[in-house]
Parts: sequence; structure tokens; C-alpha cells
Amino acid sequence: MTTTATTGTATTAGARAHARAQHGRVVPTMRHVPAGTAPSLPDDVPADAVTWAETVAFGRYTSMALARGTRLRLVDTAGDACVSLLLNRAEAPHERLNTADTVKVPWQAYLGAGHPLLTDAGRLLATVVADTSGRHDALTGTTTLAGNTERYGAGAAHSASPAGRELLLLGALKHGLGPRDVPPTVSFFKGVRVDGDGRLVSTGSVGPGAYVDLLLQVDALVVLANTAHPLDDRERFIGTAVDVVAWRAPDDLTALAAEALVGELGPEHRRALENTEHDLTARSTR
Amino acid sequence: MTTPTATSPIAHTGSLPALVAGDVVLDELVAARGPWSAVVTAGDVLTIVDLEGNQAVDCLLYAAADTRVRYSAAETIRRQRSIVLTTGSVLRADTGEALMTVVADEVGVHDTIGGACSQESNTLRYGEHTREQHACVENFLLEGARWGLGKRDLVSNINWFMNVPVDPDGALGIVDGLSAPGKRVALRADVDTLVLVSNCPQVNNPCNGFNPTPVRMVVARASEDAR
Repeated sequence: MTTTATTGTATTAGARAHARAQHGRVVPTMRHVPAGTAPSLPDDVPADAVTWAETVAFGRYTSMALARGTRLRLVDTAGDACVSLLLNRAEAPHERLNTADTVKVPWQAYLGAGHPLLTDAGRLLATVVADTSGRHDALTGTTTLAGNTERYGAGAAHSASPAGRELLLLGALKHGLGPRDVPPTVSFFKGVRVDGDGRLVSTGSVGPGAYVDLLLQVDALVVLANTAHPLDDRERFIGTAVDVVAWRAPDDLTALAAEALVGELGPEHRRALENTEHDLTARSTR
Repeated sequence: MTTPTATSPIAHTGSLPALVAGDVVLDELVAARGPWSAVVTAGDVLTIVDLEGNQAVDCLLYAAADTRVRYSAAETIRRQRSIVLTTGSVLRADTGEALMTVVADEVGVHDTIGGACSQESNTLRYGEHTREQHACVENFLLEGARWGLGKRDLVSNINWFMNVPVDPDGALGIVDGLSAPGKRVALRADVDTLVLVSNCPQVNNPCNGFNPTPVRMVVARASEDAR
């Protein structure tokens, strides 16, 4: 192979210098590491407690393992994000978010502040502790490869219109999980309502700047996919980035249990919290 | 295909209760509180008979050729834009693939958002004292294990003959059923489908009229002269 003097990457030294010169670049959608280096954080988030700050492009996914007592905020900054959430218990990923129990057990189909996110083992993964959107969906899951291929012409994870399930699957695979570990999920920032005949009605986005906060009751694997809602009826695959920020908020666990965070807990929510604390106590060496 | 109503004559073979005519290839009783499973061959029709009325039949579907391709309540209701399962509902996998289609229904409303009862969720819904009671997840786990399935394979399921309305404010719940003794629903397999069933043992809500009862499973194959 011929090399020329004008190619800076013709040698290992040149290629190395070229690679390293890219370090430190800041782009509109990226993870900030350490999290405290994020160019901007919400005013009410304590900078020294931040553990995750990332802007996830529309059509992309991300994942993190987060500790119990973490507060996770999703911000629909530009108003056209739709975030699907896969949530598994970190030490036992087969214990995971169960969308049916999450709506059936608290007797409420629509997610909002105070709603428990339940595992399939009668325990509490997280609680929605703040919500300025009110447009969420625990019924229709996320988009599929077949559905997006039909709608937009493609649905693979790295295509121009990635399906939510393909993105969540990638996130699951990176934690050693697989297709069997991707159940129906909940999604945030695009609403769905059920009319009197059982028909699903899409209510779309509430607008820019809405956010939702989840307080994790257990150590959890979080996989997020930001992609079109399954009932999005627009012809083109369009949407906007989502801002993700997480911070340590152990006092919020105490406040939640004391009913000083989201007010009174429903009796099923209370029982789920008690089951979870019971399990954690039994596992603890202290 | 015609959709039978409660008063119309029902096509069946002899005295067997298949809702769609054909040669019966399987006819089994599922005991109250018990599990059941079978692979229904593509083209065959499974009729589920609610023998004594208002018996929730929890049901999961898997492509027999690859059980990673499994029923998705979310994809099913998303595609039909309704939470109600009845005649015409295509029961889809989370790949989007059609597994089975409801081809006849004598009730009109079946649930797929309420999921299955479990010992663990019973403790949230009814109290810790119910933990030791039999529940659908017990059936799904044991019967699924016979096919190599495990906990990770259990997802939001179908509840035949169960009624779960959603109120305007989002309140939802299992209320008194709309079924009656002898009512049936028929599912045609679009691919070879493993059907996993828990004949719901729940005694704390109206899904079984507080009294679990047996159901009957009949698989019929279109006879040559009927094709």
C-alpha cells in the first residue's frame, strides 16, 4: 500500500495523535463523564450528587446501572421525545418491570406522580415522584422491527428509523441479557388514553420542558430508548433528544416512606414498598 | 366465516363443542385451577369453552419453532388500537408476527392488560395472608418448564373471559365477567403455536366469580371437504 506524506494517519504515531486530538469534544447529544462536567444541570439538582448526565439523541438508546436511592430525571427539553424504559433489578435481572402489575395492582392505567413501578415479584422498582408531563403510556409498549419497517421503511437498531424494541434489546444484550428479557415496557412523554369502547387514543406530547422523576427503590439496570411512539401517526420518523440526569437522593427514600414526597401512598404501593424493604433487610449483613 | 351469536346455530362436529367446523384432533378438560399447554398446528382452530361461566383463562402464546417469538399484549393492542380482544383480533408477537387470530367469539370482550395473578402480587392486592394461595404464575412456571421455558419467558398475557374496563380517569380493575356457561372463543393458529394456559385459581376477585371451574380445550382441523 502506498502512503503519502499528506496523510496524518499513515503511521501509528500519526494515527494515535489523530485519535487523541478528538478527546474532549462536546457534541449536542452525548454522555458527560464525570457527570458533574455536564454543561448544564437542572437548578434543583445538587451538582455534587450527580451520577449520570447524558443527552440521548432521538433514535438512540443508553443504559446505566443505578443504585437504590437514585433519583432519575428524564427531561423532554424540546418537546418531541418518547422514552421507553426497561428496568431490571441489578443483582437479579430476571426480576423486572411488569407493566400489567404496574397498572393492575394500583388500580390505575395512567402513569403519573405517585405511581409505583412494580416488579413481577410483588416489589417496588421505583416510584414516579415528579411529573410535569402527564402524557405517558403503560399499554402499547414500544415500536417493533416489523412495525417500523412497514411504517418508515426500516426498523433495525442502526437504521434511520430504529424500532424501540431493537434498541432496548441492544441495551439488554450489553448487560448479558437477551430477547427473552425484553418484555412490554412503559414509555414517557407521549400519552395514550382508553376511550369508553376500549379504543386507544393517542394524546401526544404536552410540549417542551416537561420532565418526569423516578426514585429507585432497589439497585437497577436502566435501559432507555428514545424513539417514535408506537401510535405516532406522523408520516416521517421525527422526534427530539432527551436529557437524562441522575443523582443520589437517599433522603427521598425516607421521605417517600414517610409520605412526605408524593403524599399518601396507595395501600398496594405501601405493601410493595414493605415487601421490598423486607427483602433488602433479609439480604443485608447488617 | 360467520361470527356466531348467542342465538345462532353453532357449527360443530357431532356433539363436540368446537366453534369452527373441522375434525377434532384434541379435546381435553382443564381442571379448575390447573395448567394446560399444547402446540396448535398452523391452520387449526382452538376453541376454549367456559363450561360453567366466568372462568378467566390466562393464556400465553409462543411460536413453536422459536419460543423467543412470544405473545405481546402491547403489540397486539397497538396494532388494533383497542384493548378489547374479540373476533378479528390478531394476537401478535413482539416481533409483530401474527401467532393466532380470534375467528369466533360468543362473549365479545376479553382482556389483555390485566396480566396474571401471582402469589407475590396477591400480597399487594389482598394482603400477605394470600401469599400461599395458588396463582396463575405458579401454573405458567410449572407448565412452561415442560417446554424449556422459564421466568424470563413470562410476559403480559391474555385473559379469556375476563372483563377489565378502564374508566375515564384511568381507574381499571377486574369486574364481574360477561361470559356465561358454555360460552366459547375460537383461535386459529397462524403459525405453529405453543399455547400455555393457566385456568385461573384466583379466589379474591370476580375473575372466576370467586369460584374456579374447569374449562374445555378443543382443537379442530378443517376437513378436506370443507377446505
